[in-house]
Amino acid sequence: MDHGDVAWILTSSALVFIMTPGLAFFYGGLVKRKNIINTIMSSVVLMGLASILWVLIGFSLSFSGDIGGVVGNLDWFGLGFDGFTDATFAPNTLLFAAFQMMFAIITPALITGAIAERMKFSSLVFFTALWSLIVYYPLAHMVWGGGYLAAIGSVDFAGGNVVHISSGVTALVLAILLGKRKNYGKATYHPHNIPFVLLGAALLWFGWFGFNAGSAGAANELAVHAFMTTNTSAAAALLSWLLIDTLKTGKPTLVGASTGLVVGLVAITPAAGFVPIWSAIIIGALVSPICYFFISVVKPKLGYDDALDVFGCHGIGGIWGGIATGLFAQNSINEVAQWDGLVFGSATLFLRQIAAIGITIAVAVVGTLIAFGIVTLFTKGIRVSKKDEELGLDISEHGEAAYPAFNGMD
Amino acid sequence: MVISMKKIEAYIRPERLEDIKIVLEKYRLNGMSIMQIMGFGNQKGWKEIVRGTEVDYNFLQKIKIELVVLDEQVEQVVDSIVETSHTGEYGDGKIFIYDVADAVRIRTRERGEDAIK
Repeated sequence: MDHGDVAWILTSSALVFIMTPGLAFFYGGLVKRKNIINTIMSSVVLMGLASILWVLIGFSLSFSGDIGGVVGNLDWFGLGFDGFTDATFAPNTLLFAAFQMMFAIITPALITGAIAERMKFSSLVFFTALWSLIVYYPLAHMVWGGGYLAAIGSVDFAGGNVVHISSGVTALVLAILLGKRKNYGKATYHPHNIPFVLLGAALLWFGWFGFNAGSAGAANELAVHAFMTTNTSAAAALLSWLLIDTLKTGKPTLVGASTGLVVGLVAITPAAGFVPIWSAIIIGALVSPICYFFISVVKPKLGYDDALDVFGCHGIGGIWGGIATGLFAQNSINEVAQWDGLVFGSATLFLRQIAAIGITIAVAVVGTLIAFGIVTLFTKGIRVSKKDEELGLDISEHGEAAYPAFNGMD
Repeated sequence: MVISMKKIEAYIRPERLEDIKIVLEKYRLNGMSIMQIMGFGNQKGWKEIVRGTEVDYNFLQKIKIELVVLDEQVEQVVDSIVETSHTGEYGDGKIFIYDVADAVRIRTRERGEDAIK
């Protein structure tokens, strides 16, 4: 066991962990002040729930053995392997389990932005547990555990499919099933604490170095490469979002900068360890206009209420990232990519990327419908009452107020 | 000049504000002010549990709406606010109605009813 690798992956695991409370602040700042505690809590509860599920069955179902290329088995129930010696996953299987656990925490947390301000907390907890079981573990297995998506030769460096497309598509389906917020379209739902939004986005950026550079699996040149593509894409997307802001409204906004950097990180996630650094500028610069167009033009036409644009940012940004990987990947950077991307003259990888995106969407849609059906049955409807929605979910679900002595209606 | 305007002061549940705003829009009122206030009536305060210990809050968050309307609009507006705010439980709030002596629109120096049209 290479202790340099161990040190880096341990560090990366802690970096990915901080992304979930970061996400909580990112989302919390975007909602109305009467719902910030509920929104933050939706991520925080997963730091407990998804961790325990992962230790008990999640890691085993994702990475132990293989059943039909779709899911793992239960041989590693309760992390039942020798943590000191097992090196099925280099440099150490227990370390790999710890690193991957952080991904299993943040992915369901991403979904919670779409259903903010109106979903019953009990239903959300139940849903995310079931969703982890039906959607996340199978997808992690298919992409990284030697399952079907790896077998067809598609690549996903740090989780464009597993994390972002899956959570983004789930967010879309769940937001449609849940229905719009009471005053959606009549009242404006504007962010109530923009500094919190940036605080969260900054923690996400910081943590994303572990997310992407840690996904190299070792303290090596590839990790350094992924670190640099990650930062470059985030930077380009931040700037291009500010440019759109300025062109459209005349003023660059902090919410725009925060959103831009996040979608830049989303887009580079599947590509970070496969594409040249110059292409990270293109991937990042283009993701902002793509997401901006989707959120400001397509979403209002379709009329669903994805409260914090989880699909618009993670779904659409993730799909662009998967496609961009098929465009710019180079076998010489990372031989896990068996073919070069489309811009280097080969369409093979590109087509397999498209196929992988399609399969991910299908798994997420079907899994979400099943989980929704079960949760609706057991928690008698997943939506809070009209009165509780007006009162705010902080009081109705948690009996706490974020700003008890502070005036403000936003 | 006969002035026939009334000031309506309504203390309501914060969660009813959006609905009241939507209802009042149809009367084409030319303005309305809201204040976020703390207060209590028969409902008294509420309790929050902090780390297992009860904490009392003596005052509740309420919204105070102030608007000045012509006499003939008063009944409609008051009815709308009552209709939208009523739940039948303690804490629905109160409405006070006052005579207004005069009004001035600062921009144009208009007086009386002209100032609120």
